[in-house]
Amino acid sequence: MEIKVVRQILEWNEDCSNEIKALTADKKVFILNVMGSPGAGKTSVITQLISALSGSYRIGVIEGDIAGQIDADRIASLGIPVVQLNTDGACHIEAMAIQHILQYFDLQETDVLFIENIGNLVCPAEFNIGEDCRLAVLSVPEGDDKVDKYPLLFSTTDILAINKYDMKDYFDFDADKVERAARAVNPGAEILRVSSRTGLGMDALAQLLSRKIAEKLN
Amino acid sequence: MHELALTQSILDIALSEAEKHGASRVLSIRLKLGEFSGVVPQLIQEYFDIAGRGTPAEGARLVMDRVPVTVRCSACGAENTMDRFRYLCPSCGSDQIRMLTGREFYVDSLEVE
Repeated sequence: MEIKVVRQILEWNEDCSNEIKALTADKKVFILNVMGSPGAGKTSVITQLISALSGSYRIGVIEGDIAGQIDADRIASLGIPVVQLNTDGACHIEAMAIQHILQYFDLQETDVLFIENIGNLVCPAEFNIGEDCRLAVLSVPEGDDKVDKYPLLFSTTDILAINKYDMKDYFDFDADKVERAARAVNPGAEILRVSSRTGLGMDALAQLLSRKIAEKLN
Repeated sequence: MHELALTQSILDIALSEAEKHGASRVLSIRLKLGEFSGVVPQLIQEYFDIAGRGTPAEGARLVMDRVPVTVRCSACGAENTMDRFRYLCPSCGSDQIRMLTGREFYVDSLEVE
């Protein structure tokens, strides 16, 4: 007996990512892909960046999570357009999902789109999602060996933010060791020590992003 | 890198569809594979032989239908099949082309019993 199925195995991620890049080049939208472990502080960093940048740029957010919309609610409470993307168990976001979601934003009225990827140091790194810049958030309590253990993600990131830096003394965290490991796999990355709780280093991070955004929009 | 994950996805689709239709065994799985998809068919069959062990799809044959890359040109209006490594209109050489087929990567049908 023959069964007709017609179910997609995998959309072609790279082409789709390129289509997003072409669209955002045309509409002048800067996409930031924020990656890191669960609990690294990705959402907190994003909310801090929103307060630093929303005076200069019109911001939107896509919140990726396996389930729920806790993070999207946090962003929405700031009055920022946000769409929750639930991957139903998938460990990463693919470009096709972003392409479908872009229609929910008025791209003519958007300068910057933050995409918070699924909390995971492995799979998200392998999928381009049309981003202009990758920001990896690594937090002090995760330990200073994570770059050595998960090199791919840190080798593909443009900016590494070492978050919760105010807690380093409680965790015997060697930030210099992290920087050395990160530079070994990715000499061009910008590395900053920040705390989304105290605001340490957040101005520098916002300024760095601001320069990258301006390069694309102007 | 994701061939094993892709293969698992193919297996999952086959098993869930077979169960939905009350079939006890999957004999073959027909895939539509666009020339642009860059998937290595032999790898998928080899992985499948391993991944399918102990399931109703054990030993199933993967039949791959390759779908050629066809494009429509916005400049001259022609529709052509195209060499996937040469992203230009075969008629007029314009790069203003849109792909009509060639990206397919899906499970088309199953032969079950």
